[in-house]
Amino acid sequence: MNPIPMLRQQFLRGLGGTLGLAALSKLIEPSALATPVATENAPPSPFQHHAPKAKRIIYLFQSGAPSQMDLFDWKPALAERRGEDLPDSIRQGQRLTTMTSGQSKFPVAPTAFRFSQHGKGGMWFSEILPHMATLADDWCQIRSMHTEAINHDPAITFCQTGSQLAGRPSIGSWLSYGLGSVNQDLPAYVVLTSFGTGRPDDQPLYDRLWGSGFLPSKHQGVKFRNKGDAVLYLSNPTGMSRDTRRKTLDRLAELNQQHFTAVEDPEIQTRISQYEMAFRMQVSVPELLDISNEPQHVLDMYGPDVKKPGSYAANCLLARRLAERDVRFVQLFHMGWDLHGNLPNAIRLQCKDTDQPTTALINDLKQRGLFEDTLIVWGGEFGRTVYSQGALTADNYGRDHHPRCFTTLLTGAGIRGGLVHGETDDYCYNITQDPVHVHDLNATILHLMGIDHTRLTFRFQGRDFRLTDIHGELVKNILA
Amino acid sequence: MWIDSASPRRTGEIPLSTSLCLFALLLAPNWSLAEDRIQFNRDIRPILSENCFQCHGPDERQRQGGVRLDKLELATQPGESGNRAISLESPAESELLKRIATDTPDLVMPPPETGKTLKPEQKELLRRWIEQGAEYQGHWAFMTPVRPEVPLHELETAYPNPIDRFLLERLKASGFSFSPSVDRETLLRRVTLDLTGLPPTPDEIDAFLSDDSPNAYERVVDRLLCSPHYGERMALQWLDLARYADSNGYQVDSSRQQWPWRDWVIDAFNNNMPYDQFTIEQIAGDLLPKATDSQRVATGFNRNHRLNGEGGIIAEEWRVETVIDRVETTGITWLGLTLNCCRCHDHKYDPISQRDFYSFFSYFNNIAESGTLQGESRNTEPVLAVPTPDQLRERAGLEKDMLDAQAKLAEAEKSLPELVAAWEPSFREKIATNTNSWNILNADSVSAASRANLTKQSDGSYLASGENPNHDVYEIKAPLSPGQFTGLLLECFPDASLPQQSLGRYPNGNFVLSRVEAEIRAPSLTAPLIAKFNHAEADYSQNGWNIQATVQGDKSKGWAVDGPTRKEICRAMFLTESGITIPENATIVIRLVQETLGQHNIGRFRLSSTGLPKGTIAIGGSQVPDSLRTILSLPTSERSDAQRAELHEFFRKNVDSPILAAQKRLQESKDRIVDSRKNWPNVMVMQEIETPRDAFILIRGEYDKRGEKVSAAIPKIFPPIPDGEPNNRLGLAKWIANRNNPLTARVWVNRAWERFMGSGIVKTTENFGSQSEWPSHPSLLDWLAVEFMEPTQVAHVDQKPVHAWDMKGIQKLMVMSRAYQQSTSRRGLEKLAELDPDNRWLGRGPRFRLPGEVLRDQALFVSGLLSPKLGGPSVKPYMPEGVWDETSVYGDLRNYRHDTGDGLYRRSLYTIWKRTAAPPTMLIFDAPNREICTVSRSRTNTPLQALSLMNEVTFVEAARKLGERMLKHDDATPEGKLSFGFRLVTGRKPTVKELQVLVSGWREDLAYYQGHPDEAKQLQSHGDSNSEVSQTVELVAYMLSGNVLLNLDECIMRE
Repeated sequence: MNPIPMLRQQFLRGLGGTLGLAALSKLIEPSALATPVATENAPPSPFQHHAPKAKRIIYLFQSGAPSQMDLFDWKPALAERRGEDLPDSIRQGQRLTTMTSGQSKFPVAPTAFRFSQHGKGGMWFSEILPHMATLADDWCQIRSMHTEAINHDPAITFCQTGSQLAGRPSIGSWLSYGLGSVNQDLPAYVVLTSFGTGRPDDQPLYDRLWGSGFLPSKHQGVKFRNKGDAVLYLSNPTGMSRDTRRKTLDRLAELNQQHFTAVEDPEIQTRISQYEMAFRMQVSVPELLDISNEPQHVLDMYGPDVKKPGSYAANCLLARRLAERDVRFVQLFHMGWDLHGNLPNAIRLQCKDTDQPTTALINDLKQRGLFEDTLIVWGGEFGRTVYSQGALTADNYGRDHHPRCFTTLLTGAGIRGGLVHGETDDYCYNITQDPVHVHDLNATILHLMGIDHTRLTFRFQGRDFRLTDIHGELVKNILA
Repeated sequence: MWIDSASPRRTGEIPLSTSLCLFALLLAPNWSLAEDRIQFNRDIRPILSENCFQCHGPDERQRQGGVRLDKLELATQPGESGNRAISLESPAESELLKRIATDTPDLVMPPPETGKTLKPEQKELLRRWIEQGAEYQGHWAFMTPVRPEVPLHELETAYPNPIDRFLLERLKASGFSFSPSVDRETLLRRVTLDLTGLPPTPDEIDAFLSDDSPNAYERVVDRLLCSPHYGERMALQWLDLARYADSNGYQVDSSRQQWPWRDWVIDAFNNNMPYDQFTIEQIAGDLLPKATDSQRVATGFNRNHRLNGEGGIIAEEWRVETVIDRVETTGITWLGLTLNCCRCHDHKYDPISQRDFYSFFSYFNNIAESGTLQGESRNTEPVLAVPTPDQLRERAGLEKDMLDAQAKLAEAEKSLPELVAAWEPSFREKIATNTNSWNILNADSVSAASRANLTKQSDGSYLASGENPNHDVYEIKAPLSPGQFTGLLLECFPDASLPQQSLGRYPNGNFVLSRVEAEIRAPSLTAPLIAKFNHAEADYSQNGWNIQATVQGDKSKGWAVDGPTRKEICRAMFLTESGITIPENATIVIRLVQETLGQHNIGRFRLSSTGLPKGTIAIGGSQVPDSLRTILSLPTSERSDAQRAELHEFFRKNVDSPILAAQKRLQESKDRIVDSRKNWPNVMVMQEIETPRDAFILIRGEYDKRGEKVSAAIPKIFPPIPDGEPNNRLGLAKWIANRNNPLTARVWVNRAWERFMGSGIVKTTENFGSQSEWPSHPSLLDWLAVEFMEPTQVAHVDQKPVHAWDMKGIQKLMVMSRAYQQSTSRRGLEKLAELDPDNRWLGRGPRFRLPGEVLRDQALFVSGLLSPKLGGPSVKPYMPEGVWDETSVYGDLRNYRHDTGDGLYRRSLYTIWKRTAAPPTMLIFDAPNREICTVSRSRTNTPLQALSLMNEVTFVEAARKLGERMLKHDDATPEGKLSFGFRLVTGRKPTVKELQVLVSGWREDLAYYQGHPDEAKQLQSHGDSNSEVSQTVELVAYMLSGNVLLNLDECIMRE
């Protein structure tokens, strides 16, 4: 026998007030709270404050902190100051990490790379990002990003949760909580990770970065795994066919239904439907991951790594496939940008990992008509110092952590392409115009999803918490 | 700015909160409207706290218009505008009432931009309250609980347990009563799971069913409270609160060893330690007079916080974070207070100031700790060793060996004068001819056994790059001029290109040198001369990785230098015993062997040689002291006693002789004693430094923005530290565990209530401040709190008299209540459900999902796999492939390999817990990641949980073993076997209809697998445990039935 599928309305009524309303948007449930315009049988999300520009987000997180002055924020005048000590007037006594605070000299290290202008607006890109440069008129560069933390763990936690300390929900969890899931068979928040080739010892990532903090844990990001089942425990044990699984689930549903008759707990009906969802996922997830039907020209676009599971290129293709399936928030983490030494060689490798696949992803989205309602973000947790960490030699230098300015790129839904927002000084050390704090970026991301960041709140320990704490200003200038 | 009607309201204040939180809509049933007298705490405080206190509360800096509404004498003062928020003389003139009534956007309160609005009934409450005289009450939870009278005297005989009469009072007010009692089988499963985290066995069920004595249930409760598994179940929540884990957290997240503290907790629960003592020992056991080791282990509670070891961090910043973590965790765990709000500013809702916070901080500020991780994978000081009995015995043996070696040395010393006399002439000659100290070797070739590149640097050093294999050997060939060769100097340098900018090539910046080999080749030699190094010294060795290891021939040991934390040049010298004479045209071939730990290869190094004899050369250069040269130049008879002593000392230390040999043996036996301690488990504990650190208000909570100096003190709102107690951490602990503390007992009984009844009497179990939810049964909460501290109802638990703060006693009272024993069925309770949708009145039994740990333990238990062993080091059960490696190449918690045997089947609270990659199945079932203190877990119901129970190997193996138990069961029929399995899992017998479903399914599976024996074999192969039956096909059919049973809603829920 087949379990009785419950209509959503029945389901809502059945639950009565036993669970919070927010708790109704199950981890993987077609959320009636999802779309801005109320569908016929469901109220709109209370957090959908205005019509969204973006239906979904692909956040390409470059973990370890890419060097802004080697990629985007070119400072040609530094070539003449090569090796000079960074002037005190620029450093202004700001704190440094203990990796370089003991250095007696802070020699200015101009970039080793050539820059050129691209697109109608003449946006500057480094020679090691030739593919991304072809989209110059689509990208918006924010060169005036800044943050507080100076070490990776607190800084990346801050980008993700708006706090340096553990315990707050991640941005994807906030979106899942606020807007629910559109797709019936996939989570609202999917995370994909890849190791970089620039450093053999990439800065690690942590579960917390996509965790739900104090939000109900169904809002946590589901990290697709690079080994074994992409979604944990998806496969039936060997020796058990799909047909046999179906039969055990039928029996299970029948027994649960009998018990429901005795106790009438609506949670039992939810359980039955979650088992059905699990059964559907056993098909939908492998289908999602199966790229055998992708045409060769599409695969070629993403580059040679695309067939290597767990590579950034493979994850970019997967991101497009998730976007097609309306997964609301897809976040890639690419590790390996933390280049304290040997930067010129290593950053080439990092760019080789990411430049072509990033560009392919955007072009692919364009070709499928998804670009207009997908927001794409490219950036890391802080910037890097203009001075060399360790010796500055003819062809080598390293750069330490620098929270005072860095560059983040956005494109897609609601973004003014071809725009450079914000400016840094001649040393790429301090911001001289239009500073954008991480809270401001997060507020703007939520805005594009139709959410007022000051009103997306959750009560915990007697306080209404927000992703942006008590901060965050919309960066209006970058909005189309 | 509330009352200032003369000017439009100032804008720009960003509201912290809006009232849109959905959970906040689910308020406790409010029955106050039916009554006449308004109660401030119940009716008014929630309105003011939610809507007004942010700008008109205790926080001075946020205050608007000079108006404060949290105290009567302040609310009746004129504000900046001259108007009074509350006017007792003419209530209608109260500005508060005017401003909540107006529609003018610039005037209305709360301001529209806060997104808050008052409901008409709330406005009405405020109006009536002011009319009735605006009587304020202190926040209820900050007043010491007084035992209230138990209501419904007339029902005392029918309901002797006071808990029931408190609950009935509310139910009856709306015309309801309790649901019927649940059947005895379900009750037994409920109480057994609640108290031990395991289900009952069929024998236990039978015994209970056949016991018709009136105290049968009480006997069950006593038995369960005395089970060793009670302590394990209790520990589960305590570990969440204590943020307990087996790793240090943050980015490296290497291993630590706190399990001796975890075992202390289990023991304390099992021994029914009174909660006040349980509190005092964990917060300040180290400060108790004549503190025992056990009391010091208890203080591990406040060392369970994370520790950051990221490169480049500023130690003080993280030390401050650590202290703040203790304040927050202690505040939440014992007091239900969110003190962390005051880290940056005065509390917005509770009368606790930033000064109070840093005064409280001061109690935890005096621990001898650096703030960062010391070394990569061990506990960080202060620690306490906790040897096992075997280890203590081993040490006694080693101490005896050491005494023997001492005696032998004394014996050898007797011949010292003769030995010195015989050695002197040759030594005089040597130091006369040799003067050079270290000569940098100018290598002809330098290569690595692997494909690593070794590139010469301008200072004569070599830098490794490229491949970093597991084990590498660097080979250096360099010419040597004729003369003597006695030893080598190895210098290792940090380099920016190396991991962590440190010295080694391992990702954490460390290396381990196993040994150094050297040989001298020359045309005149038929075989190379092997240099045998038997003496090594270093200017720095990592604890446990001493340079001596390089000359002792043990491959598993070597020299390491704390690369992750100490990024300085390290030097080591290796000397031969007697030196080698170098022929013409000689070449020295040196091999640096690195084979102890994977990838721990040296990053940048330089080599030098010397010809000076041992004793005359040091790492820094030549070291024959001038005074020794003087002594040697004097005839023996003219030397003073002091000079003779100096010469003897030099001889003892440096010259190969029976004395040196005896000294070596003594040193080795001492080293063995030190080494043996290395295997002793230790645990991080609290320990005060001698001079307390100064504490300051930290402006905006930043470690380097010090404001005014503060001293240790309890927040002013509370009663002071009890008389005669010191004003330190011990005094604080005794203040928390005091009868007069308003919060401690309430917070504890409320959490226990939540565990048994589904939600707390105060639903916000993590917060008892003024933003907490009004209790569903305030009198019951106070009664329980007082009863916990001063028991009157339960006399004994298993014949042991109940004492003050008796955790077993108060829980016994709760589970003995009629309310606890109700049926959970909602049939026929539609009316009640409408009025009390959350079942806060407890008109029926609560039904909720079991925690992930209990689900796993239950599956292991019913399948017969569970190992009952208590305590000990954490274990490694099955995990998904690469569970620790998908996002990190740091730390020592990588490359997870599951245990074999017992470790697979221990209770889940013993599973190793890496904070940044916690056990995935537990996270799927809502476990926190243990990075910070967590009070409540959510109870979600998701498809990922379904997939875990369907397919995770633990549950598949459990289904197989459960199938085996069914197959081996005495009853020959499938009906009998399946009934047995059903009963193992649910604690009851199946209904006829249920059995029909199971049996027909079983037949279907049997038929299928008879035709597919290969699939049956595959299915039987899951899990490490052996199969004890040979009928594969039949087994597999029962196994699938077991899989269905373990996925039943009834199995997943606590009925």
